[in-house]
Amino acid sequence: MAEITISGLRHSYDGDLSDPSRLALKGIDHVWRDGGAYALLGPSGCGKSSMLNIISGLIRPTAGRILFDGRDVTDLRPEERNIAQVFQFPVLYDTMTVQENLAFPLRNRKIAPAAIARRVAEVAEMLDLGPLLKRRASRLGAAEKQKISLGRGLVREDVAAILFDEPLTVIDPQVKFDLRRKLKLVHETLKLTLVYVTHDQSEALTFADQVVVMSDGEVVQAGTPEELYERPAHAFVGRFIGSPGMNFLPCRFEEGEIRFTGGRLSAPGLRRLAGQEGLSLGLRPQALQPATAPTGVEAEMMGLEDRGHYRIADVAMGAVRLKMRLAEGVTAPQGRFPVAFRPASTLVFAGDRLVGDLADAQA
Amino acid sequence: MDADRRGHPILFRGGAGVIRLENLGRSVDGAMHLEGIDLTLSPGINVLLGRTHAGKTSLLRVLAGLDRPTAGTVTQEGQDLTALPLSKRNVAFVYQQFVNYPAFSVRDNIAAPLRRKGLARDEIARRVADVARRARIEPLLDRLPAQLSGGQQQRLAIARALAKDAPLMLFDEPLVNLDYKLREGLREELRGLFHDGQTVVYATTEPEEALQMGGTTIVMHEGRVLQTGPAHSVYRNPASVTVAEIFSEPPMNVVAARAQDGRLTLGDLTLPLPDHAPAGLMGCRVGLQPHRISRSPGPIRLEGETLLAEVDGSSTFAHFRAGGQPWIARLDGVHSLPIGAPFTGFADPADLYFFAEDGTLLAPARGALHG
Amino acid sequence: MHKLEDNRAWLLVVPVFALVAFNAVIPLMTVVNYSLQDIFGPGQRVFIGVEWFREVLRDLTIQASFLRQVAFSALVLAIQIPLGIAIALLLPRVGWKSSLAIILIAIPLLVPFNVVGTIWQVYARPDIGFLGRGVNAIGIDYNYTASAVSAWITLLLMDTWHWTPLVILLAFAGLCSIPEPYYQAARIDGASRWAVFRHIELPKLRGVLTIAILLRFMDSFMIYTEPFVVTGGGPGSSTTFLSVRLVNMAVGQFDLGPAAAFSLIYFLVILLFSYVFYTILKMNEGEP
Repeated sequence: MAEITISGLRHSYDGDLSDPSRLALKGIDHVWRDGGAYALLGPSGCGKSSMLNIISGLIRPTAGRILFDGRDVTDLRPEERNIAQVFQFPVLYDTMTVQENLAFPLRNRKIAPAAIARRVAEVAEMLDLGPLLKRRASRLGAAEKQKISLGRGLVREDVAAILFDEPLTVIDPQVKFDLRRKLKLVHETLKLTLVYVTHDQSEALTFADQVVVMSDGEVVQAGTPEELYERPAHAFVGRFIGSPGMNFLPCRFEEGEIRFTGGRLSAPGLRRLAGQEGLSLGLRPQALQPATAPTGVEAEMMGLEDRGHYRIADVAMGAVRLKMRLAEGVTAPQGRFPVAFRPASTLVFAGDRLVGDLADAQA
Repeated sequence: MDADRRGHPILFRGGAGVIRLENLGRSVDGAMHLEGIDLTLSPGINVLLGRTHAGKTSLLRVLAGLDRPTAGTVTQEGQDLTALPLSKRNVAFVYQQFVNYPAFSVRDNIAAPLRRKGLARDEIARRVADVARRARIEPLLDRLPAQLSGGQQQRLAIARALAKDAPLMLFDEPLVNLDYKLREGLREELRGLFHDGQTVVYATTEPEEALQMGGTTIVMHEGRVLQTGPAHSVYRNPASVTVAEIFSEPPMNVVAARAQDGRLTLGDLTLPLPDHAPAGLMGCRVGLQPHRISRSPGPIRLEGETLLAEVDGSSTFAHFRAGGQPWIARLDGVHSLPIGAPFTGFADPADLYFFAEDGTLLAPARGALHG
Repeated sequence: MHKLEDNRAWLLVVPVFALVAFNAVIPLMTVVNYSLQDIFGPGQRVFIGVEWFREVLRDLTIQASFLRQVAFSALVLAIQIPLGIAIALLLPRVGWKSSLAIILIAIPLLVPFNVVGTIWQVYARPDIGFLGRGVNAIGIDYNYTASAVSAWITLLLMDTWHWTPLVILLAFAGLCSIPEPYYQAARIDGASRWAVFRHIELPKLRGVLTIAILLRFMDSFMIYTEPFVVTGGGPGSSTTFLSVRLVNMAVGQFDLGPAAAFSLIYFLVILLFSYVFYTILKMNEGEP
């Protein structure tokens, strides 16, 4: 188990750091605390796989250091780092039994057979693989195979961290629940440092205590699932997390008010933003509601989608189209209607960065 | 019947009209893939909703003419086309995998079905431009499929299907292999891409996709059709426990219950029998939709411990155990609930569905009737 | 996966059936016909049952040829399969170096059989051949027309030069298809180079190696042109393999009946061996 520190990390696949726009990783500093369950979340091409391979040692970064518990491991090879990894597709030794697969990393490290047997039994017990130990690994289902891959990481008592690369892609939806729960329980029991790489926000928010969101070679936010959802630090996070994602309404600050085409909201507390360019309001679909009093901002209903127990309204406000979530029982307005903003959920962004919300601005 | 320039009859020119499947079945080497399917497909959107191996793909293949049914008939406006091969049907098919011509540019991919029809050059150019705009791949016309992202590749496959302008459009889980955000974006656009008179048959495993596509939902399970109707009415009034479980994400909570002396007993839990419970009720199964369990106090109290919290989009599925029974609550927003942490959910008796012991619906939740 | 169903597809297969019937079944039936009759001249033939088969099986020279043939194929497999795998493992997997290596390695495969024989016949000659003179010059007595050992070494060397590239290409293709995560997992598990080979590469190569072994067995068991050109079956009968013996019988002595019986037995032996190899290699296969 270890705390993993990444400092000043920059990486370019051709080794040339001179053009920052072409870097796969553009300067990352991050600490993965010992025993934390982390997710590394981002769309394809954001640099998350490069980051993973740098932690495991499969790639050496062009610049920057990686420390495990303060020890510099930047120049160490994967086998010297005590890292385990579970891949997208189960990677097993086909010719071996489940037991032999689990024992393999220990046998390679010349551990005494009795100790190996004891450890394999423990891990098999933890992952419910006990009854399968004598079976050929290649004949099992995808979920069992992924458990074996995980088990090969867990058998090593010296393991510093376990890395997961989209490990549930090949798992049937019905079995995902079991595997997710198992992963969490293993984490709670062993308190290992886990890093789970995925493009799927649901996977990340389900698995992790801390989610690190990457976009275009940079970390845009690290926080708990609730923080990412409720207070995204960056517009990218707002759009990426949640379904539908966050709405953005371009605005400006004038005379103690947030002003935008078609409306204004009083926000004296945000005076510091006066005259600033690139302001916008970030609104989750449920932050908007049809107003009961005609004091709201005027909008026009463009379309309505029934999603079962709620509806998503497509609303035009000036030239901007917003998604508004209507709960069951709320009558859908028609034509032009006033919209109310929930102050605490109305976030203000400046140049894509979160700078405040309407609740503290009005207070 | 119409004929193309090679003299083949062309079915489905103009609109597909009404396609009727009667007692349709298909078995392969003794394994039943489809059984006793009676179904009417009208112009508009028809969604086949079911889990994997429910028979959705088999049904699409029969409709396309890729497979021949081993029992029953397919008729279109009274015309029998059960044995009509694919080449003589005018259908478009979009698959889970991104199927495009790898050596053709995006433009030529879209034009391929039009060239086969023998359209004039400028007509082809016009239609390609139109379809590319609708599928939002206009800037990519000169690229090769390999130079596109997964989402763009599937847009291209959809564009090619649209270009064909076939009266019958078949979709087999077209979004399942896309990243979460891409799936969300394409889903919203799909519904608007078709024109009146086109019959769209769209297979999916996801209840939310069925609701979003709207139209008629056909719930399938183990090769059979369980229920057919407008999406929302099937969603609110599932004919059986199985339909309720398939058409709810996460699946509806269903527990065995007993009614006696005006009281309803579910495991360790006893409550007054709700008004909407059918008369003369004894042993039954009670259903509760996950989004009907909330954390703000209500008449039914389910107290227990968290098994797992799964986040899905903008909601959290809280799996918990209460009264010796596993439950799932669908909570709005993102919440972290550690495994083993206490969880108390509340529900309203008016939200209970009543099913017979064999699973048939006896009474829907009270809100469902006029929802 | 499902396939398109259309009964007319069978029509498309008819030409192939016709072709196979014409070039395989009819000649084979002719051979069967000859093998059961004694032919004295046109129109004069006597049905003699399995007499020719009995004669061929009892023929001591044929038995000797058979043992020689088995030994030759065994040596070919024992040398070329491991050598092919070893070379494939050493090749670069990507880049221009990889392409260049593959092209260079494939060249011997493009040389016609009789040309290969002629090249080696000259190359290995102790009087004028580069190889033959070279080996003799360093004091090793080497002469493939006089010494059985030299003749065998020459033929094995030639066959290895000619056909190992096939094994290399197959093994290389197999190695290239192993996904990168297998190697990454092995590094993380601390596996040695040998363990990677034993537990990842070899199991994943099983499919292509089955093909390589079958092809190399069948070809080497039927070898004819090269010994015919280089050694003519000698010295003595030391390189008279089954094909050479068969051609002597059929063309040299014009014993059509026994030659037909011989051919059939030969054919069945190859079929049997191939089946046995195939079964052994498919047994306990890794994939379900």
